[in-house]
Amino acid sequence: MSTLLDVENLWVKFPSRQGVFDAVRGVSFTLGRERLGIVGESGSGKSMTGRAILRLIRAPGIVEADHISLEGVDLLKMSEKEMRAVRGQRISMVMQDPKFSLNPVMTIGDQIMEAYRLHSRASKREAFAKSIEMLEAVSIRDPFRVMRAYPHEMSGGMGQRIMIAMMLIPNPEILIADEPTSALDVSVQRQVLDIMDKLVKERGMGLIFISHDLNLVADFCDRVLIMYAGRIVEVCEADRLHEAKHPYTRGLLNSLPRLDAPRDRLEVLERDPAWAEAPSVSGRI
Amino acid sequence: MSDRQTLRDWLLTETPTSRRHAKLSALYHGWLTFRSNSMAMLGLAILVALVLTALFAPLLAPLDPFEQNLSQRLLPLGAENHLFGTDSLGRDILSRLIYGARITLYIVALVALIAPIVGLLVGTVSGYVGGWIDTVLMRVTDIFLAFPRLVLALAFVAALGAGIENAVIAISLTAWPPYARIARAETLTIRSSDYISAIKLQGAGPLRIITKHIWPLCISSLIVRVTLDMAGIILAAAGLGFLGLGAQPPSPEWGAMISEGRRFILDHWWVATMPGLAIFTVSLAFNLLGDGLRDVLDPKAGD
Amino acid sequence: MKMLEVKALNVWFGAGRDRVDAVKGANFTVEEGESFGLVGESGSGKSTILRAISGLAPQWSGGINVNGMSLGRRRPNAFYKTVQMVFQDPYASLHPRHSVDQVLGETLYLHGFRDIDARVVRLLDDVGLGQKFRFRYPHQLSGGQRQRVAIARALAPEPKLLLLDEPTSALDVSVQAEVLNLLADLRADHGLTYLMVSHDLSVVSHVCDRLAVMKDGEIVEVMDVAALRQMRATHPYSQQLLQASI
Repeated sequence: MSTLLDVENLWVKFPSRQGVFDAVRGVSFTLGRERLGIVGESGSGKSMTGRAILRLIRAPGIVEADHISLEGVDLLKMSEKEMRAVRGQRISMVMQDPKFSLNPVMTIGDQIMEAYRLHSRASKREAFAKSIEMLEAVSIRDPFRVMRAYPHEMSGGMGQRIMIAMMLIPNPEILIADEPTSALDVSVQRQVLDIMDKLVKERGMGLIFISHDLNLVADFCDRVLIMYAGRIVEVCEADRLHEAKHPYTRGLLNSLPRLDAPRDRLEVLERDPAWAEAPSVSGRI
Repeated sequence: MSDRQTLRDWLLTETPTSRRHAKLSALYHGWLTFRSNSMAMLGLAILVALVLTALFAPLLAPLDPFEQNLSQRLLPLGAENHLFGTDSLGRDILSRLIYGARITLYIVALVALIAPIVGLLVGTVSGYVGGWIDTVLMRVTDIFLAFPRLVLALAFVAALGAGIENAVIAISLTAWPPYARIARAETLTIRSSDYISAIKLQGAGPLRIITKHIWPLCISSLIVRVTLDMAGIILAAAGLGFLGLGAQPPSPEWGAMISEGRRFILDHWWVATMPGLAIFTVSLAFNLLGDGLRDVLDPKAGD
Repeated sequence: MKMLEVKALNVWFGAGRDRVDAVKGANFTVEEGESFGLVGESGSGKSTILRAISGLAPQWSGGINVNGMSLGRRRPNAFYKTVQMVFQDPYASLHPRHSVDQVLGETLYLHGFRDIDARVVRLLDDVGLGQKFRFRYPHQLSGGQRQRVAIARALAPEPKLLLLDEPTSALDVSVQAEVLNLLADLRADHGLTYLMVSHDLSVVSHVCDRLAVMKDGEIVEVMDVAALRQMRATHPYSQQLLQASI
């Protein structure tokens, strides 16, 4: 399997009055043409990892790493201008809530076409055709109507599919999805995941899927990194997640109520301070 | 030194042990945020200096601000015994500026008490109660907003008679509508929040909800707005003084002093410039302070 | 003895052409000491039912009986002593400028308690927070701690019926487990009746004895949790929901 992205010793630091806060602490992993899940609780640094790859951490936050290589080229050594060409073009990102990612006063069609024409100097007609094609690819039934609609007329699931369509137009090599389905109902969640799955497989993309939902990730991804306090505590194959060894992963799994296995009391996670101190496990292959 | 260290730790604790401790700790955190903004600290320093100047005016002023000496009129800057020169009646400008600080503070304090409180009352009641009360109150606010501020103040002063008190009333009457608007807008967002629903479920009435739950959240943005408006208020008071409708001679109000100096502005520029600089400095100080307070008081800011 | 009886409940927002019917003809009863769940996707009207019962949704018709009391437009104070609510988002349900002590103290004061200090201490112990949290402000608390404060506030008037509006959906799973355990303990200790709204079938099945499935403002099916666990839903929508939750 070829390596698309290679991250080594990634740190994200936020200086504050009380001293430097390390949101991500020495994380290393590689991404091939696969679905890589990053799971953890809030504050574990999973979202920061995703943003750091695209260099989207705002000042005063600092990103440090030995290297973040996209097919052998270090993103950290790029100028801001070169980086803009990478964002969207080669690495795309889908955020949690489509409401905040779409411009409320532009029609969806205009936004998709603008996104397309920013990256390829296509004519309006080409952009329109391409946009329709993309909306069809994310299983939107009536793409012509959706092109004319405004974001507020869309449901959450539709909005998220439109976001995915927009992100996929420039044909990126890597898609980073940060909790793309947490704001959606379960039935819609499934549809959105299926669409992402199909696209990743058909186009041979690498997918980084960031989520707090262990079962979802176990179901959907190929490989999972489990993060705790800014570090990777465990790396495992997704279908073996339920055999995970680390007490943190085990604790998270056991604290979930289950339909098929009733329990009087849920297991409560006992946090061991040593987990936060232990060095990060490498997710490199 | 170790004593101070423990006091600091006591103030910065995450686990306060009493109501007073928690309040002090919150205040100290606010102070630390404020202190990190050096421009705001400069503004605060200027204003503290202004207050001290006003308090100790008789001790600080080298001469009597009302004492006329026609043989020494219109002396330039740096003249003997008259650091900032003298005005057309030979009065010491520095002394008049120092005493004028009292009048400025008096105006500022009165307006700052009246306008935001009226605005807060109107705005929160209007926003929380809604319905026809909201409509009536907001239309009244619109009417006040539709007049140019100084013109309305002029009309009030003309009707009530010239003088500082009337100038303050006139300025306050024209200054409250924007505060009412802000307070209403804030109330509308606060009204529908879960914590207001929660206190409703404890059987709290509208009076308690407005005074204990909505006011504390509106007040911070109003305070910031007041400090930012303070410059405008000082200028409005000075404007009224300049037009002869505010403080009356021989009172050393800064606006009235500019008005007097206007006649000599070409040959004796300092007579109008010195009070002008004083107004400028104090206005700027209030603006800087307002900026710093915004960082401290913003309820959306976390810790 | 029935703790809650909802009969032909309609709830709507707006009027005339803008009228939106959020709940249409809902019927269900909750026995004393029982834990009842309302399940559905967003927009199904499940939270609206809670708001109608608590008096936060003013436009409704039908019958609501709580503990033998028939409810009208205005809720008497006795109602607030019987029914309390825990909100979904612990970050939005606490006043940002009020310390834990103020939140609980004011609630107790409004319900006419005299021994406020002693009760605040006891409430904090009840929800497993302890005294060191008493004078903290919401921004000094984690999500789980805030939700515990919100639960303490709901417990303050010693209610019989607790309305739980997705109390754990904004929390991490490990914190969710702690809060769900706490809710189970409190129900056992205080003999509470729960009406819980959730989109998560596994959470509802853990907390509740019976549940109603809602879709587009209507209750499509009422079943007990045993049937849910055996996947014996009769209505096609409930089956679909079950399939999606596995």
